[in-house]
Amino acid sequence: MTGSADFFEDLFRGLLQGTPPGAVYALIALGFVLTYKTSGVFNLAFGAQAYISAAMYFKAHTLWGWPKWAALVVSAFVLAPLIGLVLERLIFRHLRTASAVSKLVVAIGLSVALPELFNQAARFTAVAGRQITGIMPDGSSVFYDPFGVYRFNRDELAMMAVALVATLLLAALFRFTMIGLAMRAVVESPRMTEMSGINADRVSAFAWALSSTFAGLAGVLIAPRFNSLVSTDFFTLVVIAVAAAAVGKLVSLPRALLGGLGLGWFIAVFNTFLPRWSGDHTWLRPFQENLTPSLPFVVLFAILVLWRAIGREREASDPLSGVDPPPPALAALERHPKLTLFTRLFGVGFVAVVGSVVWFRAGVLWMHLVTTAVIMAVIYLSVTVITGMAGQISLCQGTFAAIGGFTIFQMADRFNMSVLAAALLGAGVAAAVGAVLSLPVLRLGGVWLAIATLAFAFFFDAVMVKFSWVGGGTTALLTGTRVPRPLIGPIDFASDRAFLVLAVVVLVIVSIIVIQLREGTVGRTLTALRGSEVAAASIGISAARARIIAFAVSAAIAGLGGALLSMHQQNVNYSTNFGPVNALFWLVIVVALGARTVEGAIQAGAAFALFEPLILKGDLLVWILRGEDHLPGLFPLSGSWRLVLFGMMAIQFARHPEGLVEHGKRRSAARINRWLEAREGAAS
Amino acid sequence: MIAPILELRDVEAGYGPFRALFGVSLAVEAAEAVALVGANGAGKTTLARVASGLIAPSAGTVLVDGEEVGSGRPSAWRFVRAGVAHAPEGRSVFASLTVEENLALSFQRAFGRAGLAGALDRAYELFPRLGERRTQVAGTLSGGEQRMLSLARVLVESPRLLIADELSLGLAPMIVDQVFETLSRIRAAGTALLIVEQQVGHALELCDRAAVLEHGSITWQGPSDEAGAVLESRLFETGTAP
Ligand SMILES: Nc1ncnc2c1ncn2[C@@H]1O[C@H](COP(=O)(O)OP(=O)(O)O)[C@@H](O)[C@H]1O
Ligand SMILES: [Mg+2]
Repeated sequence: MTGSADFFEDLFRGLLQGTPPGAVYALIALGFVLTYKTSGVFNLAFGAQAYISAAMYFKAHTLWGWPKWAALVVSAFVLAPLIGLVLERLIFRHLRTASAVSKLVVAIGLSVALPELFNQAARFTAVAGRQITGIMPDGSSVFYDPFGVYRFNRDELAMMAVALVATLLLAALFRFTMIGLAMRAVVESPRMTEMSGINADRVSAFAWALSSTFAGLAGVLIAPRFNSLVSTDFFTLVVIAVAAAAVGKLVSLPRALLGGLGLGWFIAVFNTFLPRWSGDHTWLRPFQENLTPSLPFVVLFAILVLWRAIGREREASDPLSGVDPPPPALAALERHPKLTLFTRLFGVGFVAVVGSVVWFRAGVLWMHLVTTAVIMAVIYLSVTVITGMAGQISLCQGTFAAIGGFTIFQMADRFNMSVLAAALLGAGVAAAVGAVLSLPVLRLGGVWLAIATLAFAFFFDAVMVKFSWVGGGTTALLTGTRVPRPLIGPIDFASDRAFLVLAVVVLVIVSIIVIQLREGTVGRTLTALRGSEVAAASIGISAARARIIAFAVSAAIAGLGGALLSMHQQNVNYSTNFGPVNALFWLVIVVALGARTVEGAIQAGAAFALFEPLILKGDLLVWILRGEDHLPGLFPLSGSWRLVLFGMMAIQFARHPEGLVEHGKRRSAARINRWLEAREGAAS
Repeated sequence: MIAPILELRDVEAGYGPFRALFGVSLAVEAAEAVALVGANGAGKTTLARVASGLIAPSAGTVLVDGEEVGSGRPSAWRFVRAGVAHAPEGRSVFASLTVEENLALSFQRAFGRAGLAGALDRAYELFPRLGERRTQVAGTLSGGEQRMLSLARVLVESPRLLIADELSLGLAPMIVDQVFETLSRIRAAGTALLIVEQQVGHALELCDRAAVLEHGSITWQGPSDEAGAVLESRLFETGTAP
């Protein structure tokens, strides 16, 4: 037994070690809360903004050889606030009255699109192997040891100093300046602030610039802790910030500060003590290896699930909030019978033509892509159920799909189970996990549900996948997570054509289930609940049941789709197909194109699989122009334009919450209706 | 000819798809006092909101000094800077800020840092009750005190036009008298008024002119001493008899 003096020394060392990263977490959490309070935007793009500043710093200092101070000024104090200003001016100012969930979707779109936009615009690529340096000269090689237990390097001291100064400045700003007072007023009521003669838009713009500066600073400060500059690492950073901000229920700046520091301390202390305990208890070892990277997600998830009061933070007490009602969605449209007939015929004809072209003409590559589109449509139908019907944002659909994939991998690999049976089992397991998950998070609703599911997805990614009974463990590293194609009697689905037929059959069956669900009691209960947080708060038994069912069905569909995709690729390919960021992508593409309808999901599947080869690579143009020689030199366009376009789609979505395709369809249907009626009127 | 301070021309407005005002035209000249009367739900508050830029009209124009203010988007701050102040209906203070901060928010913009102290003194002179509570958080004030606070905020700036919506609602009679006294004082000092009141008697006494709003349209305009008879003949459901 070691003495208690050792214990306290270790504890103290852990705390000291955790302070520098904790300070940076605090910084980014402060910025996050500032944005959320002043504009109601749950800005998941914060990580992307931090990434851009870090990348700019790297480019300016390491690649261009600028002095560190100049690189810091440009990246954190010029570029970062500028991005904040642009986002506010071009996007979020116009979304003031949009729902919190719409704003969240836009932010998610931006979190994917912004880094790509920067990389394209600045011709920046992640440079592996080049040291990412901090902001101090000799930052990582000169040490100070003020207490005799932990040696701070200069960069760590700078982290703490910058965070301290920034926090003090922010406090002084709120306390003593006019703009600080105006920001506090805007938090309570933008409209009333305007009635004091203050331009609330300007105040919000300032708040965005300020909070974005915090994001940029945090990005530059934290970057040396990563091995290379990859935007997804910075997305993790924003999840940490959310965890810290959740400590203050997303609204308290001082508690967000404490939350950030506390997370830093907690992680460091945990890392100090866990090895010691797991020396005595070997069963703790796998946890030690796997849990540490995901501690923030576990903490976040625990806060959300255990802290009963968190979701019930009162909505803004703005006395003038009724003045701007949210833009209403278009009412359901009565279609002219002739139009209905025409669209049905056209749909059948279109599917028949495309189907036969694919069937008779497509080569291996195109057959593969079309199958992917069909399978993605199945997965997207899971978003249709949970988001389109239940109005809830789930960011762990990728996890459910992965569960489906891993189930058939395990079952076929270990027990030689029939692959199709394993796929159904996978859907069942996913449904069970979805149902269990929905129990604690159900009462949260809105953005809280979104971040709880996001935390779950990251937790699965960081911990569960590593276990051999889930992701295959070390053997999977060597042999991959291989999945065979099914074989039913004489039909061998190893043939791509046969497999495409199977995928289409599954899509049709799942579509029918989704439509049945929508038309049934569950669907009607969900429709009644959707969009009404008041109703959701006073949730009744039947409503709660409807939501659990929606969650479970959605998870099952995702699991089935994930199983299909794994069979199709004959490998689970977890990180490419099902990582946490993928689910963000899925959500945005589905809601942007139309989350309420089956067609919306199918269109999203087609867009996901076919947009890049058809449009960006220019294959469609080649086909139209009959030959590659005529293709303009512009093509092939870089694949990252897909992500940029995706961001724009997310922005458009906020203006047309029914989905872009749906919006277009309704508008043109209304026009054709009028035309048909006018003609009939003239005839009679 | 001098343009009226405020002029609404064929204004339509509402909330989302809902229309609350249909083709309303109304003008308030300099130093004039106009009473706007009508039943509950007639659209008085909506009219006041359009007139102060809090909501943008969906059709028609709102002119201040003969010029359009803002461009389609609601921009109350432009109206305030042009001299049109609005004491809105109901609670209209920043509940999380102190009394002094509530006032400073308006005054520092209007009078600058140097004029701030003087403006605060004038506010406390007007309502000594507020002076005693300057560091109290406004959310904890009583209803009457909150109303005083929102009034103090607009009165001290001496706007050229004050739009007051149901100022007396829920106030003790003694305080109501005090509020109307204050209104007639600033009216004497040259501020134009657009008054929405349930207590029609008080309002008509104070004003030169009256406009009757019914179902989102102005159905009668004229001198305020004729308004009482008009209202009676229409068996108005204003709650309080004139
Ligand atoms: N924030 C709002 N959202 C939707 N409708 C509103 C809103 N405020 C008022 N209304 C409606 O507009 C109409 C006019 O209301 P209002 O202008 O408040 O009338 P008044 O002040 O004369 O009582 C009423 O039918 C009311 O229901
Ligand atoms: Mg009213």
